[in-house]
Amino acid sequence: MQRNSLWVASFSSLSLALAAPLAQADDLKALREEVAQLKKSYEERIAALEARIAQAESSPQKVSRGATPSGEATFNPAISLVLAGTYTRLSQDPEAYAIDGFVPSGGEVGPPRRSFGLGESELGIAANIDPTLRGQMTLALAPEGGADVEEAYIQTLALGGGATLKAGRFLSGIGYTNGQHAHAWDFADAPLAYKAMLGGQWKNDGVQAKWIAPTDLLVEMGVEAGAGGAFPTTDRNKNGNTVGALFAHVGGDAGDNASWRAGLSVLGTSPRDRQYDDVDSLGNDVTNTFTGKSRTWIADAVWKQDFGFDRKLIVQGEYFRRRESGTLAFDVDGANLADGYRAAQSGYYVQTVYQFMPRWRAGYRYDRLDSGEVSLGGTLNADDLPILAAYKPKRNSLMVDWSSSEFARLRLQFARDESRRDLIDRQLWLQYVVSLGAHGAHRY
Amino acid sequence: MRTLLFVLAAWFALPAHAIQVFATVPEWAALAKEIGGDKVNVFAATHGLQDPHHVEARPSLIARARRADLMIATGAELEVGWLPVVLRESGNVRVQPGQPGYFEAADHVRMLDVPARLDRADGDVHAAGNPHIQTDPRNILAVGKALSESLATIDAANAATYRAGFAAFAEKWRTALARWEKDAAPLKGQPVVVQHKSWTYLLDWLGMKEAAALEPKPGVEPSAAHLARLVEQTAASRPKLVLRAAYNNPRPAEWYSAQTRVPVAVLPFTVGGNEAAKDLFGLFDDTVRRLVEPLR
Ligand SMILES: [Zn+2]
Repeated sequence: MQRNSLWVASFSSLSLALAAPLAQADDLKALREEVAQLKKSYEERIAALEARIAQAESSPQKVSRGATPSGEATFNPAISLVLAGTYTRLSQDPEAYAIDGFVPSGGEVGPPRRSFGLGESELGIAANIDPTLRGQMTLALAPEGGADVEEAYIQTLALGGGATLKAGRFLSGIGYTNGQHAHAWDFADAPLAYKAMLGGQWKNDGVQAKWIAPTDLLVEMGVEAGAGGAFPTTDRNKNGNTVGALFAHVGGDAGDNASWRAGLSVLGTSPRDRQYDDVDSLGNDVTNTFTGKSRTWIADAVWKQDFGFDRKLIVQGEYFRRRESGTLAFDVDGANLADGYRAAQSGYYVQTVYQFMPRWRAGYRYDRLDSGEVSLGGTLNADDLPILAAYKPKRNSLMVDWSSSEFARLRLQFARDESRRDLIDRQLWLQYVVSLGAHGAHRY
Repeated sequence: MRTLLFVLAAWFALPAHAIQVFATVPEWAALAKEIGGDKVNVFAATHGLQDPHHVEARPSLIARARRADLMIATGAELEVGWLPVVLRESGNVRVQPGQPGYFEAADHVRMLDVPARLDRADGDVHAAGNPHIQTDPRNILAVGKALSESLATIDAANAATYRAGFAAFAEKWRTALARWEKDAAPLKGQPVVVQHKSWTYLLDWLGMKEAAALEPKPGVEPSAAHLARLVEQTAASRPKLVLRAAYNNPRPAEWYSAQTRVPVAVLPFTVGGNEAAKDLFGLFDDTVRRLVEPLR
């Protein structure tokens, strides 16, 4: 800017000089010299000015900003929004989806409706409340309308000693996939074991205490108590806790470029009158209930390897084992027969996801469940409980995804789902998941 | 039983009062060692060949953060994708933001590339400016001074040691700085192409010009079409070098170089980025050497 105006000045002086009547060649030479001198002196002055500006710019200035890496220094909470949508082709009717051999978990376990569908939009709001507490809420907005409080909890920041307390509604610390929001999953839907045993994902209204040992190896232990409500628990309308969970995780690095985590968790509860619908041996609709004890064990492990230049490999697997024993009441609205009930059921999945070049990943998942044989007391007959007839559901899934950035992912998934007896559901999913707003930090 | 006793003995044999320092990147780990010497026990969350933009909240990081007395982060949102989780999970009140045990390097230097507008359509932009401040050795000095004061605050008994440690480092550093600036004098005014905007502070220090970046937007991998366009666009500015960090994918820079015959300089970027960059001095010795040599 400054330079321009100086040039304008020098040019105008030049033109003025040229406008003067030209007499002799000597005069012209003198004039030229004068102009050259003028130009030189201006250039020197400009250079000096520029040097001063540069110096002023480079002298350190103390910038004081809020010292938080998440940029939450302003009092406004961090707001993030996750948008998701799917296009599906299914060879079987999703309305009739079931995982045979297992008591229906009542969760949203089936694939989404055919054709185009809007996934759940997730609105997240989080901020520190004061120096000791942090609050977070995640609202799941269903495409058909209505909002569901997915998470809403407070968490301590200043307890120290490796201890953290949480209260409210939160995703439980059991297992590995359970603690991740659905949009962070590596496949479009949950593993079958999660669908059959936990209704998709276990969250609770209650409290959690967690402690990290002061060791270089991560040793994390946690305990949860809650009111229950969703499968496999029921609302007990009693004081104290209805559901309890314990979990322990260990983890660390293996060399410079690999890390791992393994854990063991147990979820225990005593459901009362937990209902599910079935048909009896004559094909009539019946409602059955279970009252007794339910205990689910989960062993989980994950390994992540970094090959450099954006190539990464994740291998993970979880094994579930659930024992339930108590009383099964058959056709509570009609015959209402009660009998002893014992079941030991298990399931697992293993999956691997490989990022083979920047933005591109491919993955494979194998799911397998084993319903085992239900043992009854003698009043009831296995034919009365067709859903619970022994079956080993399985599923093979393949996926490829592409991310335009860390905030947007487009995924193609094929699955051959044999959750239903004698039926093969060939599923194709095309899914997008994007997040906007605050840059959330991701869990391992 | 024997092993257990051995483990316990090893545990207690560790320097008893050594301050546990958790540094997010190798350069701050190296700096803490220069200042603190044997008074500090330093852990770096990443190594020199790792992309600092893509770090995970690994179990080991939570375990280390749990015991840390001082957390040294770069700031300017470099660690936004993982550090908040590590801090929350750690259950360690001493290193939470706002506590004396939480230190951000970017608070102590003049930030460049501060965006005029914040929009993710512009790629991986950082509200506070470009976070790769360690590529200017003058910033190392500014951060070191503030860091020595932080160490003196959280370990008051050894405050004098940290100040003396910094003074000794600063003297050596200033001598080295004069040498680097002398050696790098021919680089002044030279245009270069960068792969990622990793070198803003380095170029600012040496008076070099960034003719173009291979990444179309920060953090966005260049496509073949974009690179082909760049070859044409940068022809006029006659760049002397293509700069990439040791951890960057070599392909974009190599492709561009093959088309234009502009040589690639693979710079260590941080301590441990290559064999020569064993410490902070080695980092800049090697960086200057790799910049100057191809221009001879
Ligand atoms: Zn960057």
